[in-house]
Amino acid sequence: MSLSVPAAADPFADKKSVLQVDGLVKHFPITQGIVFQRKVGAVKAVDGVSFNLREGETLGIVGESGCGKSTLAKLLMRLEEPDAGSVKFRGEDFLSVKGDELRRLRRKIQIIFQDPYTSLNPRMSVGDIIAEPFKLHPEEKPKQGIRNRVKELLDLVGLNPEHINRYPHQFSGGQRQRIGIARGLALNPDVIICDEPVSALDVSVQAQVMNLLDDLQKQFGLSYIFIAHDLSVVRHISDRVGVMYLGKLAELGTQEEIYNAPAHPYTQALLSAVPLPDPTLRGEREQIVLQGDPPNPANPPSGCRFRTRCWKATEICATQEPELISRGRITQAAACHHAAPNERVAPAHH
Amino acid sequence: MTESQTSTRIAPGTRPGDAPLLEVKDLHVEFRTKAGVAEAINGLNFTLHAGETLAILGESGSGKSVTAQTIMGILDMPPGRIAGGEIRYRGDDLLTMSEESRRRLRGGKIAMIFQDALSALNPVMPVGWQIAEMFRVHHGMKRKEARVKAVEMMTRVGIPAAEERAGDYPHQFSGGMRQRIMIAMAIALDPDVLIADEPTTALDVTVQAQVMRLLKDLQKEFNMGLILITHDLGVVADVADKIAVMYSGRVMEAADVYEIYGKPGHPYTQGLLSSIPRIDDEGGRLRAIPGLPPSLTDLPSGCPFSPRCEFATDRCRTERPELRLIAEGHLSACHYAEDVYAGTATRTQRPSPTGAGMIPVSEEAPE
Repeated sequence: MSLSVPAAADPFADKKSVLQVDGLVKHFPITQGIVFQRKVGAVKAVDGVSFNLREGETLGIVGESGCGKSTLAKLLMRLEEPDAGSVKFRGEDFLSVKGDELRRLRRKIQIIFQDPYTSLNPRMSVGDIIAEPFKLHPEEKPKQGIRNRVKELLDLVGLNPEHINRYPHQFSGGQRQRIGIARGLALNPDVIICDEPVSALDVSVQAQVMNLLDDLQKQFGLSYIFIAHDLSVVRHISDRVGVMYLGKLAELGTQEEIYNAPAHPYTQALLSAVPLPDPTLRGEREQIVLQGDPPNPANPPSGCRFRTRCWKATEICATQEPELISRGRITQAAACHHAAPNERVAPAHH
Repeated sequence: MTESQTSTRIAPGTRPGDAPLLEVKDLHVEFRTKAGVAEAINGLNFTLHAGETLAILGESGSGKSVTAQTIMGILDMPPGRIAGGEIRYRGDDLLTMSEESRRRLRGGKIAMIFQDALSALNPVMPVGWQIAEMFRVHHGMKRKEARVKAVEMMTRVGIPAAEERAGDYPHQFSGGMRQRIMIAMAIALDPDVLIADEPTTALDVTVQAQVMRLLKDLQKEFNMGLILITHDLGVVADVADKIAVMYSGRVMEAADVYEIYGKPGHPYTQGLLSSIPRIDDEGGRLRAIPGLPPSLTDLPSGCPFSPRCEFATDRCRTERPELRLIAEGHLSACHYAEDVYAGTATRTQRPSPTGAGMIPVSEEAPE
């Protein structure tokens, strides 16, 4: 694998791998017919994704709707079974384990969902919601008693422990997301998959939740997979960033590499499209406005998937699929035959 | 963008003889709920001129969408109730005119774009038919003629192969294309005022850039006054001429875009600007605004932002600050606006360690 970046630039180089993902594939069949269902095609939601997540590291995954980032989250949780590829949790094969072994590993990988309004059961009190993981995993029952531990968790995420008997509707969106985080922390996980955790929140509350995630990571040495469509949020929280397009990683590198010198045309277009909250920079940046919409993932273009919207595309792009490797003078991995860093689209530093 | 275009015209009546396109004066809107009367809009004032873009910036519950609905005349009443104020379009008060005259303006001279095109468009009618309906109803055009105009509009907003696609239904289009169709409907009758309520919030960032560019081009072409309602500080910085920052149904600050971003004169605006992660900044901890917006049925007496404000004093908790001029063309509703504007305000409270609330500075030694 040539995914790693030079050790000098990588503060996590000597850290152990917690999640090693290789060639993960998930195709959803498209069927036709009512009684005799024939498979007529497949939506290639995730089509060969590889990365390595190390201890204490945050890997951000950005991409637009339909790029497969949420399917990736489900695969990593084994809420969906992949069609191919491997996921190793601290060296153990996560995809083949069953029964008690699976339950043991599942404790270590938790998820926080996007929508704090639908991911909490409205008929359960907050105390019951956060205590539920202990009921499903009785061996993890806390020594100090479940109720005390729940109170501790509430305090940890900045909620009043006395509100343990309240119901989700009595809390605001940001507070509900804190409840979701407390539930995710209950079993002392190693990895938390955050699927758009702040995109449903107001900006002032979004910052509170991001700071909380930051604090918890430092306190417990957690590793995050942070999935989001907001490029500014991902930059802020991530050590490394993967850019997804139509089920594949287009570019993977450190936060500095991706944001300061993006090498894949898609990353460049994405970054240039983000409006900056500074009116004095109007017209100062090169803006690449992509034409059209992403192609249908059931029938992706041949060769490079981005070539239909790419201004750099040549013949080779239609025939040969570019590998995700670092080439030329770029240090990050980019799946593009014509990868070249472009600093002009990068938002200027202050 | 030149300086003259963005000159400050926020104070009402600054250009005598030139009646503004739209003028909102001391607007009050309330909702009757089980928990009591919610004051959704509490004394709103602004003016909009032709060719100008006013951004109404605020978080959920700040009253920005209710503002749009009230101007459009599509507020659900009950539970909503307009408790006072005026909305003048070219001098005529929309709130007192007959429903018939109002209906002629709505959709014609004052048009609106909604956040969610999929639910704003009729799912069982072809999109061409829906755009053509504008011409049939408002201009009494014949079907054929109206359809030709509809295809013209679809081409104008950048829908490829408009002629063939006019017979398609909304679900057959992508999110960005649906938004374009809604824009085509809105500008079909050459409106003077276009209200865009979170027009790009549901869209991906690359599509957002396309749609915002289209809106800007159309605004220039038709010399429309644009009211952009959004929570996105990035989009606002890119397109707005002037900004009104709303919080709990009140305008907290209003000024031209460079003033708001460069020299905010209200602690809430300052807090908003420093709490967003910026794509051009990798820096560590975000300066979150602690706490939550107050409930609209139970607003604190005094300044609604005082429980979350680092400069709040006893005066803020008892006496409601009025929106007043603090610099040329710059309005702020803060007792200490001048100090905040100059950066010399005294901190009285700071975020609690969890960031969920505020504690007085005196209670605990600063970090």
